[in-house]
Amino acid sequence: MKLRSKHLLGLEGMSEEEIAFILDTAETFKEILSRPIRIVPTLRGVGIVNLFYEPSTRTRISFELAEKRLSAEVVNFSTSVSSVKKGETLKDTVRNIEAMKIDMVVVRHQSSGVPYFLTQCLNASIINAGDGAHEHPTQGLLDLFTIREKYKRIKGLKVVIVGDIKYSRVARSNIWGLKAMGADVSVCGPTTLLPIEIEKMGIKAYSDLDQALEGADVVNVLRIQLERQKGGLLPSLREYTNKFGITKERLNRLNENFTIMHPGPINRGVEITPEVADGPHSVILDQVTNGVAIRMAVLYLLSGGEGKVE
Amino acid sequence: MNRNKKSESPSQESVLKMSLRGPVWGRSNPGKSKSDLDFDIAVLGGRVIDPETKMDRIVDIFIHNGVIKRIEKPKSKLRAEEVIDAKGMIVVPGLIDMHTHLREPGREDEETIYTGSCAAVAGGFTSICCMPNTHPPIDNQETVKFIYEKAKSAKCKIYPIGCVTKGQMGEELTEIYDLVQADVVAISDDGKPVSNPQVMRNALEYSRMFNLLVISHCEDLSLSAGGVMHEGFISTSLGMCGIPSVAEEIMIARDIKLAEFTKARIHIAHVSTEGSVELIRQAKKRGVKVTCEATPHHFTLSHEIIKTFDTNAKVNPPLRTKRDVETIKKGLKDGTIDCIATDHAPHSIEEKEVEFDFAPCGMVGLETALSLVITELIDKKVLSWSQAIAKLTINPARILNLNAGRIKKDSPADVTIIDPKASWVVDPSLFQSKSKNSPFGGRRLKGKVFCTIVDGKVESREFRV
Repeated sequence: MKLRSKHLLGLEGMSEEEIAFILDTAETFKEILSRPIRIVPTLRGVGIVNLFYEPSTRTRISFELAEKRLSAEVVNFSTSVSSVKKGETLKDTVRNIEAMKIDMVVVRHQSSGVPYFLTQCLNASIINAGDGAHEHPTQGLLDLFTIREKYKRIKGLKVVIVGDIKYSRVARSNIWGLKAMGADVSVCGPTTLLPIEIEKMGIKAYSDLDQALEGADVVNVLRIQLERQKGGLLPSLREYTNKFGITKERLNRLNENFTIMHPGPINRGVEITPEVADGPHSVILDQVTNGVAIRMAVLYLLSGGEGKVE
Repeated sequence: MNRNKKSESPSQESVLKMSLRGPVWGRSNPGKSKSDLDFDIAVLGGRVIDPETKMDRIVDIFIHNGVIKRIEKPKSKLRAEEVIDAKGMIVVPGLIDMHTHLREPGREDEETIYTGSCAAVAGGFTSICCMPNTHPPIDNQETVKFIYEKAKSAKCKIYPIGCVTKGQMGEELTEIYDLVQADVVAISDDGKPVSNPQVMRNALEYSRMFNLLVISHCEDLSLSAGGVMHEGFISTSLGMCGIPSVAEEIMIARDIKLAEFTKARIHIAHVSTEGSVELIRQAKKRGVKVTCEATPHHFTLSHEIIKTFDTNAKVNPPLRTKRDVETIKKGLKDGTIDCIATDHAPHSIEEKEVEFDFAPCGMVGLETALSLVITELIDKKVLSWSQAIAKLTINPARILNLNAGRIKKDSPADVTIIDPKASWVVDPSLFQSKSKNSPFGGRRLKGKVFCTIVDGKVESREFRV
């Protein structure tokens, strides 16, 4: 099997079969990561640039490790050292980089649609590492991988995403991915942070946390940002914590074998208490580990790999 | 004759354009000198539609010295120097666009008054009204004079619209009497709303003494802040900041109330939502002196097109839902929407080829407007020919008090001849406009301008293929 596209722009429109194929491939890479020598020569000679127009720690390190463990040639680029500040357009910047023979571009940008825009100006494979509030497909995939690893299935599980849905690309990629895999998805957050017509994505939307958590298997807790308070969408973070904070007391509404996820970085004590974040049901660090395997799988498959890795 | 020249390849069909001031198509009396002939131009055998007089029949039009001299039954004995065979064509008053952005002065790289006028006549427009958001803005007599000076060499008539407030800052009124003296046809801060209701009230009250029209760009800036597209399911799934319908409607409601209170006339620019149409419909029923316009893109495209992140489809007001598109059509049909205006907004490729969030709003429209009207409204039986043409001619002429938009004896010879059966594919690279920012590239449209006559002079012509 091969992926249909040479780009990974989002999980919207991806089939169950394709997603399962990526997750299966990631399992192989996870096994490789547990070996004493974690490097494979799969992408030797492949030039990859990590183009980060927005600060990122986890995703950037995760991509870089994945690329290096596949033996790719890696170049990092971020706004502070780029020509962007000199007034060069994005198109000019990326075309200049491509002129230096680059095969794949991993891009993070604050503006929705930038990865798609790059597919229009470049021949390289484009991997979306997060664009605006649009999608963050590798995060969505690693979340699916982590869920599947624990439950051995995704279909039929009840997953609740809690927090700032409006500005979250993680929420959107999770929704599309989970829907494709047959999960029962709902979102929960303050009405000002639930974007208009979100239910049309085929999910339920709640503003009552207890109601949303009733009988759920997985709770994916999103980071709540201080900017939302400044923007007037939240009166205060204190009030948010009181109404939407994930505390130990609230967990008894969940199914017995429940799971707590968080894409990071965590605002401890705001959207989730440390007790829950570090508790026995938390898979937050597994998500980070799995992120590298998922990104190796994506890089490998988009560079033309067909699923068999030695 | 050139008119029989065939295009080399089918893809070039119907884009064959020639320079227009040169050879004529036919001479009815080749042996005679001009002075022996009765008229300059004869337009023969076309179906002439004049919405004002409700004329819709096959007649011949004779033009002399820039004026329509005679309208005759076919086969009259009258002779003209230049004869235009309009058989199978539809002949209408020259179209009027009451909402055009020419970028001169300031951004001549995007459009000049001259190139804008070339685009206009290519699209069948003989009169265009240019919005004042230039650099510097048209907020004083000198700039108005500059526009009229430049307009002397334009291919169509250019009517400047002045600013409501100095520098379009929304604070102090411009010297409106001065602007009136310089012959502006309306005032507007288009591109920006007049946010302060007291300023708008003053503008309406003050303009009333000159019977000067105020055109309002209705947008509540706090509600639309940060928005780049319509707020709806598509903005939600794309994770884009949305501009809610209510940002437009709330300002329309305000402006209607102010017009009602001051008994002034107000014209609402580019209406885009269902709620806006309803507000205006109700106001008209109450007798408020409100008129409005819709753009071809708002009755053709919905926000779905943004899924491809095409910055050429980024406009303000944004493309709305399919339901809004249908409501705009209903508003056009029942007469709530008086005019069709292009909101022609040229932008350079460099400005548009950027991240969606950072691209400026606006699309060019002069060269696709009429064909979109034919394809989306006339062909789909939303409007009759006469109704559609009225919204492009006599209605804006009346709203702006222009001596235009009519085919009748002694009126200016502004005439547009349309080939209603032509089918063509939009190729923005062939536009006369200096800018090519159209989301309609590749779209097949029906009906095309065949010939545009401005003040008795053929300014744009296409050849039958």
